[in-house]
Amino acid sequence: MDATGIGLWGVPLAILGGAIRVSTPFIFVSLGEAITERSGRINLGLEGTLVFGAMSAYAVAVETSSPWLGLIAAAFAGLCFGLFHGWICKFPKVNDIAIGIALMLFGSGLAFFFGKPFIQPSAPDLPAIPFGAWSDIPQVQAALDVNVLFLIGAALAVFLWWAFRNTRAGLILRVVGDSSDAARAMGLNPTTVRLAATGIGGALAGIGGAYLSLYYPGSWTEGISSGQGLMAVALVIFARWNPLGCFAAALLFGGAGALGPALQSVGVTQGYYLFYAAPYILTLVIMIATSSPSRSLAGAPGELSITK
Amino acid sequence: MADTVSSADAPAMLGVKGYPAALEWTARRAEAFVIPLAALVVGMVLFSLFILAVGKSPIQLYETMWRGGFGSWFSVQNSLSRAAPLLLAALCVALPARLGLVVIGGEGAIVLGGVAAAAAGTALSGAPSFIVILVMGVAGMAAGGIWIGAVGALRHYRAVNETISSLLMAYIAIALMNQMVEGPLRDPASLNKPSTQPLADIYRIDNMPGMEVHWGLAVGVVACVLSWVLIEKTRWGFAARIAGGNVRAAQVQGLNVGSLIVGFTGLAGAFAGLAGMLEVAAVQGSANASLAAGYGYTGILVAFLARHNPLAIIPVAFLLGGIDASGGLIQRRMDLPDATVLVLQGMLFVVILFSETFYGRFKAFNPDLWKRGS
Repeated sequence: MDATGIGLWGVPLAILGGAIRVSTPFIFVSLGEAITERSGRINLGLEGTLVFGAMSAYAVAVETSSPWLGLIAAAFAGLCFGLFHGWICKFPKVNDIAIGIALMLFGSGLAFFFGKPFIQPSAPDLPAIPFGAWSDIPQVQAALDVNVLFLIGAALAVFLWWAFRNTRAGLILRVVGDSSDAARAMGLNPTTVRLAATGIGGALAGIGGAYLSLYYPGSWTEGISSGQGLMAVALVIFARWNPLGCFAAALLFGGAGALGPALQSVGVTQGYYLFYAAPYILTLVIMIATSSPSRSLAGAPGELSITK
Repeated sequence: MADTVSSADAPAMLGVKGYPAALEWTARRAEAFVIPLAALVVGMVLFSLFILAVGKSPIQLYETMWRGGFGSWFSVQNSLSRAAPLLLAALCVALPARLGLVVIGGEGAIVLGGVAAAAAGTALSGAPSFIVILVMGVAGMAAGGIWIGAVGALRHYRAVNETISSLLMAYIAIALMNQMVEGPLRDPASLNKPSTQPLADIYRIDNMPGMEVHWGLAVGVVACVLSWVLIEKTRWGFAARIAGGNVRAAQVQGLNVGSLIVGFTGLAGAFAGLAGMLEVAAVQGSANASLAAGYGYTGILVAFLARHNPLAIIPVAFLLGGIDASGGLIQRRMDLPDATVLVLQGMLFVVILFSETFYGRFKAFNPDLWKRGS
């Protein structure tokens, strides 16, 4: 046990802190994917977007020593990937899931290609707010050091939840996602709406990537994302396309991801790799528990290929 | 189709449109060759532009790629060695695809197949070599088959999306492998790179006579041919193609879609597991983290390039094996990152998927749209 002597209390505390730290990229990717899926498309390529966003944010932050410019660069890169996905999927017989897989590989490949020179140098971090400053205990301080992006993500979740219901744009998005025919009858162009929704989804995923490389873990490596982008896609289904649900699920997943390191910090090293797999197992269990062959998912956009 | 013309009373063997039947037959089949080849060329041109944009010579790049992957007997053997696991990994994507399933977690089956094979090899050490190798193959296939078969079962019985679940299970499989290799199965002598006990030499799989390529290549080619026969020539394959086209229609016809899905995904996983076993028995000599070398992911690309046709997988796997093999030479000769080949693969993948939209669009490939001949 370490000198500060909070003992096993360190585990839940580390999980809480870890949940806040680890969940932020999940929040952004899943909110972005929620927008995309609400429009009736699915973009599995967000995993690649996340990696490319992480690389571009880090590279720009190193070159300009401004993490915020890095964040903007990542969002822009994500926007480009999203728009590309949205554009290419409008052609007949082009499968959005397969294109997503291709962009997953392509985004990672491009990120590794351009990211090679940035593995060594260190970039400035995105700022965090020390909510734990009142405490003398370092673990409490560490757990409550909350990054501004987490707060922005939380606010964005509430905003999107409200906007899906109460704004014109939200209504248009839902109509297009539920029925292309109904949307066309209303004079809307489903292709354009989906293009915009996929673009915004990509931009948010890029921001999630910027968080990875500029705050936690806070450096650019080729293994920076291990499926977070993909788990976020599964998480959106679990959250029933509800932004508040996405936020809650992201916290849950973040906590699961923090389980291994938290246990390790108090000396539990047995089965470390299995704890490391906890978020994947949790995602899978949740998918099994919430899917059913006999009824379609409540709240699922009607045009979504993955639920058909 | 051309078979509406009976050969007995049609003197000149004319097709439906009055053109020679052979011409119409060729036109219909040419589409399946011309479009992918054109997409390949377009992808390579786009990649040339990318290489120009980063200030290198695309001509030098393709020349280096040719030399590294195909230009000499040495490099061809190297490419063939890399093609061996790709053949089996691609089958793991192509077989479920015939049922309309997109399974992308073959990497997990490869990894677990390798671990199971290594465990079997260690447990049986002392037994005659052909028995050990046989049991290792069966163990690898069983592990992979159960892993991907579970994905199929979840899909059918619980409606769990197979694309996401298979990839999640690949991450879980890699964690399981790390746990086994660092824990119960670890060879205490492996310090820096935790591995299982090395296999004795008599249990290793040899190279084929006259070449530096292990027998896994032959196994992969046979697996592709058998898969083609299964899909095209047996009633199970016929049933699978019906179910892949329309699940309800298949159920109305009394087909047991559940067994078909579990059977095909199980077989697909067994092939990937066999790839893992071959990596252990022919290349690595033990199970370790090198099993997750990305063959499962390149296999996805191979299968899509081959449009899920098991026979087409054979040349495509050789092509991609060669591109993979040339990565090192490109890195050394041209001072480009090793991810260069990943960029090329990603571009080819996107262009190939985009090319799907052109099937049935060209009049030249569709005699039904031709003007009636004389």
